[in-house]
Amino acid sequence: MSLAPTTSSSPKSGRPSSWRSGWRRLAADRLGFFGFVLVALFIVAAILAPWIAPYSPTQIMVGPRLAPPSWEHWLGTDQIGRDLLSRVLLGGRVALTVAFATIAAALTIGFALGLAAGFGPAWLDNILVLLFDAVRSFPTIVFGLAVVTLLGPGLSTVVLVVSVTSIPIYARIVRTQTQALRHADYVDAERAMGAGIFRILFVHILPNVVGPLVVLASMDVPLVIATEAGLSFLGLGVRPPMASWGTILNDGYTFIRNSPWPVIAGSIPIVLVTLGFTFFGEALRDIFDPRLRRDV
Amino acid sequence: MSEMTETTLLSVHDLSIDFFRSGAKLHALRHVDLEVRPGRIVGIVGESGCGKSTLASSLIGLLAGNAEIVSGSIEFEGQDLARLSTRQMRAVRGRRISMVFQDPMTALNPVVTIGRQMIDIQYREKRSSAEKRRIAAEMLRTVGIPDAESRLSAYPHQFSGGMRQRICIGMALLMEPALLIADEPTTALDATLEVQVIKLLKELQQQFGCAIVFVSHHLGTVAELCDEVVVMYAGEVVERGAVRDIFRKPSHPYTQALLECDPARIKTPTRELPTIPGTLPDLAHPPKGCIFRERCPKAFARCEVEAPADYAAEGAEHRARCHLLDGKARGTA
Repeated sequence: MSLAPTTSSSPKSGRPSSWRSGWRRLAADRLGFFGFVLVALFIVAAILAPWIAPYSPTQIMVGPRLAPPSWEHWLGTDQIGRDLLSRVLLGGRVALTVAFATIAAALTIGFALGLAAGFGPAWLDNILVLLFDAVRSFPTIVFGLAVVTLLGPGLSTVVLVVSVTSIPIYARIVRTQTQALRHADYVDAERAMGAGIFRILFVHILPNVVGPLVVLASMDVPLVIATEAGLSFLGLGVRPPMASWGTILNDGYTFIRNSPWPVIAGSIPIVLVTLGFTFFGEALRDIFDPRLRRDV
Repeated sequence: MSEMTETTLLSVHDLSIDFFRSGAKLHALRHVDLEVRPGRIVGIVGESGCGKSTLASSLIGLLAGNAEIVSGSIEFEGQDLARLSTRQMRAVRGRRISMVFQDPMTALNPVVTIGRQMIDIQYREKRSSAEKRRIAAEMLRTVGIPDAESRLSAYPHQFSGGMRQRICIGMALLMEPALLIADEPTTALDATLEVQVIKLLKELQQQFGCAIVFVSHHLGTVAELCDEVVVMYAGEVVERGAVRDIFRKPSHPYTQALLECDPARIKTPTRELPTIPGTLPDLAHPPKGCIFRERCPKAFARCEVEAPADYAAEGAEHRARCHLLDGKARGTA
């Protein structure tokens, strides 16, 4: 069978662009595409927030207090008459900054530590895993309280807390993957070809790890945003009067009997962004696995 | 016996390898000798667990972490591979010696295209990447992959098992090594593909002129492909010689028993396939005397006390470790 020409199973074009085929598959996956649109909207809105926000997010009494949605204030106003849409937009900016900063930091450090644990000697692996477990055993919020006590509240504290607690998640994935591949036949085959440790790591281990990592990162975004909101809700994160989805919720929940609008305004973006990144992440997972590609 | 003659490419002499497992020392290889001349195909046969793969791995320095070379030498092109540092060994691997593995389904990285893998292993060559790509495509054509140019951008899962093994063989030959180690390259394939891969190996051997160490437990493929055969039992080489001598005039009782068990040689219909009674001896405490004694139908008193030497048997360079050959042989080694 293998002697007969089997051109029918080969890709149509000489070298299909993996970007284009990835894009095609994303477009075909409705839920994934919906997620992608939500994510794109969120990022664009966060970047353009200062220009598209109808009012200043911190200026008080731009309208009546605790007003329901209206043409002037699409999402209503809060207890001191600030425009909620403007606050949600600017809060999105905070969420995006925190998400990207922490995930970039956690991904880089987690990746390096995971490789070291997975490919290095057993004693190093033991120490690193103990470290990961120690960090993970702290509830994030309690760990956040401790750090805030030391460094004071603020955006950078949030970034620090969330990245330190996320590092083990990434490191563990990389470690497990590396360990599983370390004695894979094709790694042995590569060794038999005379390859050194770095060639094996970058040519063979890395491509196997990148897919799961990107998926994990995209699914981690909502978690990070929720943690930021949680810390800000507790007053450990963003300082007033700066807007964050967490502070909007915090401000709003005291007045929930008088008006639910601030809480609704604060939670809708959290829900949408969580859904968006989750759907998008699941679509990415399918795209990154060449074995799941249908266009073979 | 370890003199390196001009015509020897690889000369393994008195090689012993131990495995450390939960405190016990497993004597996986004991006093193994092996000679491979340039351009020859040497088969290593024996049942599972007899040390075939351990021997093959030791030749390319890919022994498991708990293995230790206790004694002996592996001379290859004027170097003792048993004593090379990792760095020195890496210079030999791929370029002078390369290897084809048992299972083609796992020997290729599933998330990297064939082309990238084939181009990447040429990293030591000073060639442009277009040149490397051309050479990779050329090799795919050589091993019989149709439409080679466009198949370079395919992933391993897009090929059948037989094609993957062809690709693995092509990758191993890409650097035109002097010695190719094939560790049961057809065990994971079905019978039709096995024949094709054997044919391909033979063709490529003639084209590239490399020597091949072919590990297999399939006697038929060994008879088909190899020039010389080494029969291993429980970590020892019990018999070696030209393929014709081994198959026509097997001198060691183990080889005789092995050949009798080959279903392809059974002439009369039977309900039960012949087997060799008994099991492999405990390699942590190998018995005194002959290693095969417990299962040997021809064992006698001497076999219990004295390990047989490497006696000469009928035929040129045909040797076997069995006391039955003492006396009628033309002298001992």
